[in-house]
Amino acid sequence: MNNIISGLRARLAPVADRVGTALEPVGRVLGMKSVKYPLRTVGVLLIYALPILHLPLINTENSDFSGVLFTVGTYVLVALGLNIVIGYAGLLDLGYVGFYAVGAYTVGVVTSEHGQWPFFLALPLALVVTMASGVLLGAPTLRVRGDYLAIVTMGFGEIIRIVARNTDWLGGAGGINSIPSPPDIGPEEGLFQIPHLSWQYGYPTIDDRVTKVLHFGVLDATPYFWMILTTIILVICADMLIKNSRVGRAWEATREDEDVAELMGVPTFKFKLLAFAMGACIGGLAGAMYATRVGFINPPSFPLMLSLLFVAAVVIGGAGNRWGAILGAVIVAYLPERFREFADWRLLVFGIALIVIVSFRTQGLFPGRQKKRVAQAEKEVQKLEEGAEIV
Amino acid sequence: MSESEDILLELEAVTIKFGGVVALDDVSMTIKKGEILGLIGPNGAGKTTCFNVITGVYAATSGTISLDGKSLAKRKRYQITKLGIARTFQNIRLFPSMSALDNVLVGADVHSKVGLLRALFRTPYFRRVEPENKRRAVELLELVGVGAQPDEISVNLSYGDQRRLEIARALATNPKLICLDEPAAGFNPAEKLRLMDLIRQIRDLGFTVLVVEHDMKLVMGVCDRIVVLEFGRKIAEGTPSEIQKNPAVIAAYLGTEEADDDAA
Amino acid sequence: MEFLIGNFAELTITGLVLGSVYALVALGYTLVYGVLQLINFAHSEVFMWGTYAVVWVLTLLGASGTSSLAGAAGYLAIALVAAVLMSGGVALIVERFAYRRLVRQNAPKYIILISAIGASFVLSEIMGLRDKIAGFLGLQGVLGDYVNNPRNTSTLPVEIKPEPVLQIGNYMVRDTELLIIISALIMMFVLDQFIRRTSFGRQIRAVAQDPEAASLMGANSTNVVRLTFLIGGVMAGVAATLYMIKVGATGFNVGFVLGVKAFTAAVLGGIGNLRGALLGGLILGIAENYASGILGSEWRDVTAFVLLVLVLLVRPSGLLGESLGRARA
Ligand SMILES: Nc1ncnc2c1ncn2[C@@H]1O[C@H](COP(=O)(O)OP(=O)(O)O)[C@@H](O)[C@H]1O
Ligand SMILES: [Mg+2]
Repeated sequence: MNNIISGLRARLAPVADRVGTALEPVGRVLGMKSVKYPLRTVGVLLIYALPILHLPLINTENSDFSGVLFTVGTYVLVALGLNIVIGYAGLLDLGYVGFYAVGAYTVGVVTSEHGQWPFFLALPLALVVTMASGVLLGAPTLRVRGDYLAIVTMGFGEIIRIVARNTDWLGGAGGINSIPSPPDIGPEEGLFQIPHLSWQYGYPTIDDRVTKVLHFGVLDATPYFWMILTTIILVICADMLIKNSRVGRAWEATREDEDVAELMGVPTFKFKLLAFAMGACIGGLAGAMYATRVGFINPPSFPLMLSLLFVAAVVIGGAGNRWGAILGAVIVAYLPERFREFADWRLLVFGIALIVIVSFRTQGLFPGRQKKRVAQAEKEVQKLEEGAEIV
Repeated sequence: MSESEDILLELEAVTIKFGGVVALDDVSMTIKKGEILGLIGPNGAGKTTCFNVITGVYAATSGTISLDGKSLAKRKRYQITKLGIARTFQNIRLFPSMSALDNVLVGADVHSKVGLLRALFRTPYFRRVEPENKRRAVELLELVGVGAQPDEISVNLSYGDQRRLEIARALATNPKLICLDEPAAGFNPAEKLRLMDLIRQIRDLGFTVLVVEHDMKLVMGVCDRIVVLEFGRKIAEGTPSEIQKNPAVIAAYLGTEEADDDAA
Repeated sequence: MEFLIGNFAELTITGLVLGSVYALVALGYTLVYGVLQLINFAHSEVFMWGTYAVVWVLTLLGASGTSSLAGAAGYLAIALVAAVLMSGGVALIVERFAYRRLVRQNAPKYIILISAIGASFVLSEIMGLRDKIAGFLGLQGVLGDYVNNPRNTSTLPVEIKPEPVLQIGNYMVRDTELLIIISALIMMFVLDQFIRRTSFGRQIRAVAQDPEAASLMGANSTNVVRLTFLIGGVMAGVAATLYMIKVGATGFNVGFVLGVKAFTAAVLGGIGNLRGALLGGLILGIAENYASGILGSEWRDVTAFVLLVLVLLVRPSGLLGESLGRARA
């Protein structure tokens, strides 16, 4: 399997290079330094266009495709946040759904239950509140031994849910209803309208469904998807800027060897707390968007299972590599929707996937370049050691 | 200049107990600015423990340690590093899946104030400090002789390069005192010679060096002064030639020669 | 508060009963932690499978109606054996598939923990999808009674009627409650003696202290690890039987909450310390009862988490201190 993949890659790389070289003059004419950027732009635009293209095979026939894409988007956002906590800083957080819930409840409280804030004002508040909750949870627990952290955070996730259920101010067991959509931007019929495609016998035709741009209705999830996709792109940019700095290195060093990191001058506790707060904040962001999309939240919306699914997404994709985490999230969120018959089995399948992946492919399905090299080195060492035993 | 101003690190009657084991027993010693001090003694004498107490890994059961007159008690490990003590480890402890350059950069980051916001907004401070640290890290890699592979993952480096990379990482913190714990362990004679040069070079760059080493030729060849530990107690102190003649030291080493041969 | 004072005896006794179950499950966490320094996240599922063994065996034996504890004693004895076999077996499976390879590779702790979480998913989902799995294997007709409605609660086919036997304060202690507390104490005692006196026990302690040294001294650490999981599983099987006597119903997801509580009990007493597990379990059981007496029963499940965080902050090594190796066992 591995050989097939690397073989493919070896064969495809020159092709990609040639395409790149061929496009080079085009880029130069357009005044761009490298074709990488236009290619990326095209890719991003394609993702933006997904909900209106309704591509065959990818499209989900049984459930609203834009809605599915939005759900996938929330998982991706969550996975990006959790990847900072688990992948970069090496902190196993099993209560991540707690932050997701805090974000959702913050929006629910200020836009519906106890106020009429517009969503775009509630969103920053949700960020602040989740970040604060991350610090509040992290400050006492990040000092305890790493393996206890998993259980403590899991407890946190449960406490959040139980507190929400038992607190009338938060809507109690009934939850919070009629959380408003984000306010529309522009006129009633949308800034402009984009028609959707449908496909027959492999040919696209223009459908009578239209999406009103920046009009957040109940029926059409496309604008929500665009909102979360934009957020994801911003978060990825922030992630790259942070990862490639003292902060990213401090996280990595802490993950690799906390004692040594400390001895090399890294205030590890501070950086762990920072990772925790950042992760919490991104999880809360996802929760806030979820709340405004579904309009209704209650305690069972945030079960422990969701935390574990989030962890599965990050680990299956490859903790520590943001693209891996994203792909893991897509797998965990999209496959069960695309193959509905498989939905019942998803926890079982992901459970097996977790065991198999950590046992046989510790770096996840899409390891970062560095991790691959580590794995290779380890394998070589193992071979040498085995050889030594025979001698 | 009075003598006390020359003193960089001072240990006063330091004792450490682990349950019943007294790993350091009433040890006092000083390290002067700009010198290379050797710390020797049979296995289990307490040399690594001495490093551990200096760098804040363990708190002394009693006694005081001060750097430049400032007490190190109650300071966190990263604060001690920031104050100016860096070390390497007897058993290599690099950050295995980070590149050689990133390993050194972690050390260089000690004095950087880059945090979340500076990184996110790439402030002028960031744009000044990060490239500067990177440049210094590359220089240090070259100084210790790992400059050829800055992007290689540290576990992929050869054993000797890993040891030298640890030195570069420690130097990157720009310490007043650098503590090397058996830096020549596992080295062949040629590598040992190069290491001796490196240690002298490090001192000439203005660092003070404390080195634990079993190889007598290296210790005698490079150190200005030597402190000898046995069973956690200081049994001798002096110049290499004095130490070589010291009957207590000879007795200590004769008693354990076989053990050392086994270890080598 | 008044409720607490008025029902002090009852809350304490029923707390001890619950606590006994926690303690027996906690032993599994503590043993594995003592030997491997790892949290066996899947242990709660080992317990859950034991509770199903009890239900299935009683169904198989055709037990029905209501019965006194004494009247059902024969059935329960057989159920106990089944639960012990089931939990012990599942624990061995967990060790084999979720742990062994990674432990040998000396994988990072959090990786092994993730593997155990995977095992926990798999075990609870197999139970929760057992109708589909049976259908897949073409066995639904034969297994109908055992696999239908897998996501609903399964109840014991026979209702055990507790009888009051003993008055303490203003509370009449039931025979089932007495049985649970006494059985737990006996199991603890037996295990304690086993760890102290037998050569297996010595090996377990040796590996807990220093795996490398122990393997040099001839202890086969793979065997020791397997044995440790097995013992933990056996204790969980006993706990499962006692739990079913008391509660009478189970579900594919009962493991999680009970698991966290048992883990809390283990940490509270000092993880790795057998007597600590007992002490922690009993304290937690009582604390839960008092807390729900004071704050209302809807807060019961929060008690364990809050207690866990408090212990970790104030005394991370637990009440009795850690370590199976240091012969505290
Ligand atoms: N963390 C510890 N716990 C218990 N004993 C220790 C610890 N660290 C060191 N020791 C003991 O202290 C003594 C000195 O060890 P060490 O400083 O490593 O010697 P060396 O001179 O070979 O570096 C040894 O007897 C060792 O067993
Ligand atoms: Mg040493």
